[in-house]
Amino acid sequence: MPSTDDLHEPDSGNPHEPDSGNAYEALNEADDPRWAYGTGFADPLDGVGTRLPDGVDGADLAAYCLMLGDDALIMSHRLQEWCTRAPELEEEVALANIALDLLGQARLLLSRAGAAEGTGRDEDALAFLREEGEFRNVRLAEAENGDFGQAVARLLIFSTWRLALLDRLTGSRDPVLAAVAVKGLKEVAYHRDYAAGWVVRLGDGTPYSRERVVAGLESVWPLVAELFTPHEVELRLAAAGAGVDPADLREEFDAVLDQVLSAATLARPPDPAEPTDLAGSPDLAGPPDPARSRDAVAPAAGGRSGVHTGALTGLLAEMQSVARAHPEATW
Amino acid sequence: MVSAREVAERVADPELPMLTLADLGILRDVSEVAGGGVIVTITPTYSGCPAMAAIRADLSTALRSAGYADVRVRTVLSPAWTTDWISEKGRRKLAEAGIAPPGAAPVRARGPVPVTLGPSRRRLSCPRCGSDDTEETSRFGPTACRALWRCRACREPFEHVKEL
Repeated sequence: MPSTDDLHEPDSGNPHEPDSGNAYEALNEADDPRWAYGTGFADPLDGVGTRLPDGVDGADLAAYCLMLGDDALIMSHRLQEWCTRAPELEEEVALANIALDLLGQARLLLSRAGAAEGTGRDEDALAFLREEGEFRNVRLAEAENGDFGQAVARLLIFSTWRLALLDRLTGSRDPVLAAVAVKGLKEVAYHRDYAAGWVVRLGDGTPYSRERVVAGLESVWPLVAELFTPHEVELRLAAAGAGVDPADLREEFDAVLDQVLSAATLARPPDPAEPTDLAGSPDLAGPPDPARSRDAVAPAAGGRSGVHTGALTGLLAEMQSVARAHPEATW
Repeated sequence: MVSAREVAERVADPELPMLTLADLGILRDVSEVAGGGVIVTITPTYSGCPAMAAIRADLSTALRSAGYADVRVRTVLSPAWTTDWISEKGRRKLAEAGIAPPGAAPVRARGPVPVTLGPSRRRLSCPRCGSDDTEETSRFGPTACRALWRCRACREPFEHVKEL
């Protein structure tokens, strides 16, 4: 039988005396930001050249980067809200991954906006300290979450549109926008495949799954026209070879959407400006005339001009609450 | 004194610790500058990769322990990282750790990026039993760069570094 001494660690010393084994001391000793994971964020554009290309106005470029950055930031937040709420673990992981990719794109674009406007605002100041009217995201991104059918319908529309945009932006004369687009394009291609797969599965699934994805598509469809309505900043940036005129994206968007909806045995919901006599029978409406869709009545002032729906108010209140309660906090 | 490049190349990736940063292909340049300084250039795998802060810190720590007092870690976005930059050695180490390495990254044809409907057409061998009877369960996994697969022969799930 061992003596009680054998049960002690050698040289245990006085157990009440603080020693170098103190776990918290050890964490603080090393210059290692991982002890509180996620702190120590560095400027994501650190070392990336931020000179403005010739012929591109700094204020315009900053506004344009905010538009594309806010689209990603706000859409990311809506996807993050699915954490702990998704129908299955795999979908939870997928939605969170997509949200993370978009958050990464937002960080780069907001940092670029801060550098271009030259006021010294960093990504955090832009994300957390702007008022609702200063956000320039399209309203599709801010719409309240519904069920999973609405989530995949919205994500299909958002990612189909954004992929077409990023693809054209890879040729931007602004090297930072071009680089962000090259990386983002490959990520958003995965997002679009994910959403398209689910729209097909739900649309060509059970009567109930079909009902839910149709309702999801119809709920966000009134926000689609805005995606293709250019703001003057977008037009000026497109003319300078640094940005994209969103009206040019409609053809690719319609082709991809029709391909997915056809595989899903679904039809596009009627456009809000279309005559409503077929509204109850979307299957009979047929593909809308693209020229007509382009002329669809779009709001003169939408998200790109800082005019938002009430949905953004609640989103920002939550997203900005910690940063505003503890300004300049570090931990 | 070990060269700064050798030190930086040996730093492990925090999410896939069986790989060094050199194996992963995210270490773009290591330059020693006058006065004992080092400038390390890295590139992110995905835009939102949360490991970038840890990678910077690990590089600084490793280089300072090796005697380099002034270490600066820069980021470049272009050219964008692709899984094609994972070294042959890296691919072997992934497979040994039970993670199916990526195949060749998709080559972009002219015209719009095509939408992919239906199950993945890619065929992977199970890193545990070698069977080709495998299927994708989710294109998204525990980190941005990994997908979830399972083997129908040995019934084991496994991860796959997806092509980018």
